Amino acid sequence: MNYEKMLSSSILSEKLKMDTMDCFEKYKPTQKQAEKIIKKIEETYIKMSYEAGEAVGVVAAQSISEPATQMTMRTYHTAGSVVKQVSLGLPRLIEILDARKEATTPIMQIYLDPEHNNREDATKIAKRIKETKMKNIVLEDVIDLVNLAIEIKLDTSYLKDLQMNKEELIKLFNKQIRGYDIKIEGNRIELKSKKEEVTIRDLQKIKLKIFDMRLRGVSGIEQAMVTKEGEEWVITTIGSNLRKVIKIEGIDPKRLFSNNIKEVEKLFGIEAARNAIIKEACGTLADQGLTIDPRHIILVGDMMTIDGEIKAIGRYGVAGSKRSVLARANFETTVKHLTEAAVNGNVDNLDSIIENVLINQVAPVGTNICDIVFKPKKSKK
Amino acid sequence: MIEKIKAVEFGLLSPKVLKKIASVEIDRYDLYDRDGYPVEGGIMDPRLGVVDPGMRCRVCGGGVGTCFGHFGYIELARPVIHVRHVKTIYSLLRATCEECGRVLETKEELKKKDSPLYDLYLAKRKKCPYCGAKQGSVRLNKPYNFTLDKKPLTPLRIREWLEKITAKDLEILKIKGGRPEWLVITLLPVPPVTVRPSITLETGERSEDDLTHKLVDIIRINQRLKDNITIGAPDFIIDDLWELLQYHASTFFDNNLSGVPQARHRSGRALRTLSQRLKGKEGRFRNNLSGKRVNFSSRTVISPDPNISINEVGIPEVVAKELTVPITVNDRNISFLRAMIRRGPSAIDGANYIIRPDGRKKKITEENANEIAEEIEKGYMVERHLKDGDIVIFNRQPSLHRMSVMAHRVKITPWRTFTLNLCVCAPYNADFDGDEMNLHVPQSVEALTEAESLMLVEKHIRSPRFGGPIIGCIQDHISGNYILTKKGTKMSGEKAIQYLANLGIEKRVKNEITGKGLFSHLLPQDLSIRFKSNACMGCDECKKEKCPWDLYVSIKNGKLKTGVIDSKAIGREKGLLLDFIEKNYGSGEARLFLDRVSKLGIRFLMEKGFTIGISDQDISDKAKKDIEKVVRKVEKECMELIGKYRNRELEQLPGQTLKESLETYIMKALRKVVDQASEIISDTLPENCAVVMAKSGARGSMLNLTQLAGCIGQQTLQGERIHRGYKNRTLPHFKKGELSPQSRGFIPVSFKDGLNPFEFFFNAMNGREGLMDKSLRTRKSGYMERRLVNALQELKVEYDKTVRDDWGRIVQFFPAEDGIDPSKSEWGSIRIENLVESEIGD
Repeated sequence: MNYEKMLSSSILSEKLKMDTMDCFEKYKPTQKQAEKIIKKIEETYIKMSYEAGEAVGVVAAQSISEPATQMTMRTYHTAGSVVKQVSLGLPRLIEILDARKEATTPIMQIYLDPEHNNREDATKIAKRIKETKMKNIVLEDVIDLVNLAIEIKLDTSYLKDLQMNKEELIKLFNKQIRGYDIKIEGNRIELKSKKEEVTIRDLQKIKLKIFDMRLRGVSGIEQAMVTKEGEEWVITTIGSNLRKVIKIEGIDPKRLFSNNIKEVEKLFGIEAARNAIIKEACGTLADQGLTIDPRHIILVGDMMTIDGEIKAIGRYGVAGSKRSVLARANFETTVKHLTEAAVNGNVDNLDSIIENVLINQVAPVGTNICDIVFKPKKSKK
Repeated sequence: MIEKIKAVEFGLLSPKVLKKIASVEIDRYDLYDRDGYPVEGGIMDPRLGVVDPGMRCRVCGGGVGTCFGHFGYIELARPVIHVRHVKTIYSLLRATCEECGRVLETKEELKKKDSPLYDLYLAKRKKCPYCGAKQGSVRLNKPYNFTLDKKPLTPLRIREWLEKITAKDLEILKIKGGRPEWLVITLLPVPPVTVRPSITLETGERSEDDLTHKLVDIIRINQRLKDNITIGAPDFIIDDLWELLQYHASTFFDNNLSGVPQARHRSGRALRTLSQRLKGKEGRFRNNLSGKRVNFSSRTVISPDPNISINEVGIPEVVAKELTVPITVNDRNISFLRAMIRRGPSAIDGANYIIRPDGRKKKITEENANEIAEEIEKGYMVERHLKDGDIVIFNRQPSLHRMSVMAHRVKITPWRTFTLNLCVCAPYNADFDGDEMNLHVPQSVEALTEAESLMLVEKHIRSPRFGGPIIGCIQDHISGNYILTKKGTKMSGEKAIQYLANLGIEKRVKNEITGKGLFSHLLPQDLSIRFKSNACMGCDECKKEKCPWDLYVSIKNGKLKTGVIDSKAIGREKGLLLDFIEKNYGSGEARLFLDRVSKLGIRFLMEKGFTIGISDQDISDKAKKDIEKVVRKVEKECMELIGKYRNRELEQLPGQTLKESLETYIMKALRKVVDQASEIISDTLPENCAVVMAKSGARGSMLNLTQLAGCIGQQTLQGERIHRGYKNRTLPHFKKGELSPQSRGFIPVSFKDGLNPFEFFFNAMNGREGLMDKSLRTRKSGYMERRLVNALQELKVEYDKTVRDDWGRIVQFFPAEDGIDPSKSEWGSIRIENLVESEIGD
């Protein structure tokens, strides 16, 4: 029987159609029964729809923040035996809503394409991604005060791991540090200034610069760990840099994931950022064992991204860009909004909620979105 | 009817307009003369409005309440900058030519920009494109001093400069509130006395408002400045006074300017001037405009009453006699209203006031009751007492969600507290340790109807948060029904009839009836549903109806065939049965079911007896030994790990130091102890009251029982083992650098065994962290809620089913993508399987 065809003309949402399909496959109703069932589902669906005037925003806000009182405050959590430190709970939720530029614990999940989906390749890629700085491989460092030179002892085995040779190292040094002579003997590096007058302070500065030199990997990625998720090998990183990682061969760019929403926005655009907000917020709440209908979070995500850029929930974001002067003044920075409104000669048309509350009028929501017009018929007297 | 306010316009006040609206010029700084009368031309001039009752306004003739007061003005000897507009002035000075006052950019360029003033503020133009004059650099010395090429720029010159800006240029700069020179104040408005009333203290002394004090300062300095100018005093004296005037005028607007000392009261308290009056939580906006005070409301302590419906609220007689409902007299109700009036204000079901058609109110007393009863006729209003069945609105703070305000039906009680059904504790988050709640009586027919049809408790059984019941059975309701519907519960028909009669059901019952049979009487006749109970063991393969533990609930045509009723069936946030009834039989039926089920549970428990004691946690010696064994084994395991760590043989986890890795390993190992102890205990404990509560989901969990009887386990601080305290150790009972489980907060014994001092201390540390966490969290999430609500409050569903914001922009084309309202859904969706099943049959 062709259930699909029957469903295709129905008004149901895609998700419901799929669910119905699954159910039909399981129970195999006859044509007549199926028709009846679809009609019944449609009826229920219409009954469940929103009514005009419903203050969806307030309901969403309350639905999110009411259970937030029950969330943990603990910022970090070592999730089980898998070692990852993620900020979670209320602080993470606030971070998402604040649309911060940097997440406090940026994390990436890198999936691999089918050819590279094995342990060796995964570890190889993980090693390539992980940022290694000079300071990670330095064993010993000395500032020679007599000769005014810097001496650094390196962990050569580490260098081998990184597949770096002497020439490459010298090239790097020449590129990054100017005005110094570099000598490499075995695992020792010696730097001496070409200039005569060098102060110890200069040397200190240069030393720090050397320590901060990136040898391998992607900047910002502090850790890269390989774990197995079901059949797949996944690289989880601490630190995030989508722009660079996406170009690396062997990864699956379609499933590349970062919890840094601003970064997602920059690279993939606003729609992706919206999805990231929704996914992250849903995940944070679900982690705490709180049941919240995703529709509420979707609304928040939509509101935050409606302008084509991420706006925070707060005085500099969504709440600060309201049309009504009074609504803005009521939230925060009261006087600023009022004085600005005076100079600009703004007019508040009182067509929203809080303004009407302020001046003691009934707000146009819910049962008050309509006016009643009464045309009395002339009585036949 | 009062005309609605359509819009509020903001703009700048011009001196001309001010002069017109002001009733008087103020130029004297003394407030009252020797006889205590306000001085004419002083700041308390009677022409500024009336504050004393019984007085008439000389300007408009109104009394207190009808005359809102009138402005006055002070003519400043020299103009001053308005501090709150300093930034605008600064931008304007940078954006315009000092010679010709034209905007320093051609029109075409400016039209492209969104905020031309700000852009010009940023861009430094050296030359005027119109007159070619060279532009000096204007600087702002915060808070209100300007310089041009490092020479001071007086407000007088600024005013002249701003006057030169043409109207067309202003339009380009998007300044529409008025002339920019009005930002430099020449005439200072004096707010009416109604804005700054003086208070007469008990001693008869008058205490003036902060604003009055500030105005006195301004006038005094202004007077001195004026005098000095007329006598031709040297410039530096005039400049000093001018600066002082600027200071006083500035603090009059905002007394919290950075870089400026606050103006203080004689007592040393900082003055609360205009900005402070508006700002913040205690400011005009949030305290007085967003929050309203209301009449016809009441507040007392709450207490429980399992015998009233969830829709009801018990109201003390005293309260009912005080709160009233206005009723318009008509032909049909006149006789019964007369009877009410005759009963008077002190009897129950009486009346307090009548309102005559001309709006005059008359109090009903014992003496005049009969007289008034005769007087009323059509068109009168009677304010009658609250009586049974009235609709009232009930609320408990903090009002975190919409279920914090719900409508109840009144039930008058002889007690002195508000009483409510235990099932509605959950949405209000109320308990009875002294909680108080507020009650409001709707005064109009519209309000009453809306309250009844939208806000009644039964309409809110399903929460919009997740689409399941937020009002449901709790605690003893669940334990009671669990025991009642357990296999083997039987009772005589007589007993059953008693139970049913208590619930208001009159039915014939067989001589002997099972608990399940009794429960079935509460269900609608044609209800069929199947689900797993809360106590379900989660077997690999579910045998469904044939579950050996009778944990698979199957109801067919209103008969409970198998399974126990527990929190999964009737509990809050879980109850599938409750949810099913609400969806398919309506909220009225759900309310009835909930009332009955909860009452039945309590009644049954009451007669059966339900209690826990210390012996409920007794476990067999074997179990005790088993737990000890587990503890020993894990402790040994941990010591081995520590040994390995000391020898640097431990395998390091990626991304962690060796020490962190050790902690991870140990934590993982120790977690096993409680898990295994829990298993041992649930195997060994008989099904006593405590276990019934845990299993049915009524209260507590197996973990709680494990901690009581078996082993408490690891105490943590911020998710880690306790490691702080003394140097290198937690307490002086241990060796320095000790890492053993015991020294780091692991408690191998149970609460019943008793804790030794340091174990007790660790447990207290853990408890204290929980307390701190809680108080911090409430504050943080409170602010988050405020921000979220503020950001989203304008969103609503329009008639075309789009969600729009206050700009009219479409946020969602279809609300929440599929248009389903979670508060009407079944856990956010439609239970298709149920529909299909009921259609096909099995």
